[in-house]
Amino acid sequence: MCLAVPGRISEIFDDGPVRMARLDFGGITKNVCLAYLPDAVVGQYAIVHVGFAISLIDETSAQETLRHFRELGILEEELGEVADEAYAPPPPCPLPS
Amino acid sequence: MKYLTEFRDGEIAQRMAAEIRQLTTRPWAIMEVCGGQTHSIMRNGIDQLLPPEVELIHGPGCPVCVTPLEVIDKALAIAAMPGVIFCSFGDMLRVPGSDRDLFRVKSEGGDVRIVYSPLDAVALARQNPDRQVVFFGIGFETTAPANAMAVHVAKTEGLRNFSMLVSHVLVPPAIDAIMRSPTNRVQAFLAAGHVCSVMGFWQYPTLASTHHVPIVITGFEPLDVLEGIRRTIAQLERGEHAVENAYARVVTFDGNRTAQELLEQVFTVSDRSWRGIGVIPASGWRLSDAYRDYDAEHRFAVSDIRTQESTVCRSGEVLQGTIKPTACSAFGERCTPRTPLGATMVSSEGACAAYFNYGHTVQLQRVVSRP
Ligand code: SF4
Repeated sequence: MCLAVPGRISEIFDDGPVRMARLDFGGITKNVCLAYLPDAVVGQYAIVHVGFAISLIDETSAQETLRHFRELGILEEELGEVADEAYAPPPPCPLPS
Repeated sequence: MKYLTEFRDGEIAQRMAAEIRQLTTRPWAIMEVCGGQTHSIMRNGIDQLLPPEVELIHGPGCPVCVTPLEVIDKALAIAAMPGVIFCSFGDMLRVPGSDRDLFRVKSEGGDVRIVYSPLDAVALARQNPDRQVVFFGIGFETTAPANAMAVHVAKTEGLRNFSMLVSHVLVPPAIDAIMRSPTNRVQAFLAAGHVCSVMGFWQYPTLASTHHVPIVITGFEPLDVLEGIRRTIAQLERGEHAVENAYARVVTFDGNRTAQELLEQVFTVSDRSWRGIGVIPASGWRLSDAYRDYDAEHRFAVSDIRTQESTVCRSGEVLQGTIKPTACSAFGERCTPRTPLGATMVSSEGACAAYFNYGHTVQLQRVVSRP
């Protein structure tokens, strides 16, 4: 849960009191809270952590980072796109109790 | 599995590594604070690129790893209560408590759900007015703004069925505690880039000058980490102890002021216990008095929890950098990512898991020679 993924802001909207945005992470799109980047505009790239945009980043760096995440095969994982079943429960804990 | 050589940047990485080798004249011990950096170092074989004099020590910067056992046990107790929907980031579900984990609670009928964002938990509270929705709010300064906003939104909307079990930890007090430890070997720090994207690095010059320790703010990609190491060693060799920002495309001196303002409002600095390390003064956040009603510890009776720490697991020493994971007798045998005995094996950012997943497989040859 530690790494943060960059995405492109494609749309900005309000969800009740919260400013939100639709972000494109190299093909995967997600709604993200934009409350901490109030001046961000459509077309900019932002770094996103647990559903919140926390800082802006330039396009070149964003693309490089996305490419890296993809090459490592961790883009989906970092975006929370891993299905529930992927977290299969481990065998019972072998700790002496 | 991918290694540095398979990236377009392979050549740059090797040039940087060569520069690091040239700079290094003596042994140096550098701590990467953040688990994300540990992960990147092991996954990309960066440690294998470095001259033998440079030792990387893995820091305590994995939120899953440092969440204290007592808090895990409280989470387990709350999640097992009838009428509760317990929400958490996925990687917390496997962390062993005293006698079980959240998966066990889920399989025994507890309503435990994995969410991507704390706002998803707030939405669940909205949709289930007759249930209590509890979010497991852990993490460093990077995650805290999201958790702060979730509590703030719940309060603004007057949601009576949302609360948060908060266990936030802070990086600068941890750096301070590591430097004050009598057994400390760390001579320089790679500071966590994304923590600094929120908090800036205005807190670091005092730390650097008090402890005469170079601090370089560093990102997570292989080239970021190598650049951080290069700058750190350059300083160490010159006998300097400055704060440098090697992640300027994301991090500014001030950080995200909007986030810091809400953090100040929602949280109050408190002493925190770190799993395997113990209490570090003023090293965490709890909900401030104005948000006390949203504190799960107040809403549910979980104060008389009795914990039982594993007698085998040495993750405390791993987290403090005094032993490598491979020095633990359970490593890779009784303790694997599928059967973790300690949190440092659970989280993919934990040092034990990083060693298990990548430690034995990365060969020097594969890293330094281009195919
Ligand atoms: S290998 Fe397992 S038991 Fe040993 S320190 Fe790491 S997490 Fe604990």
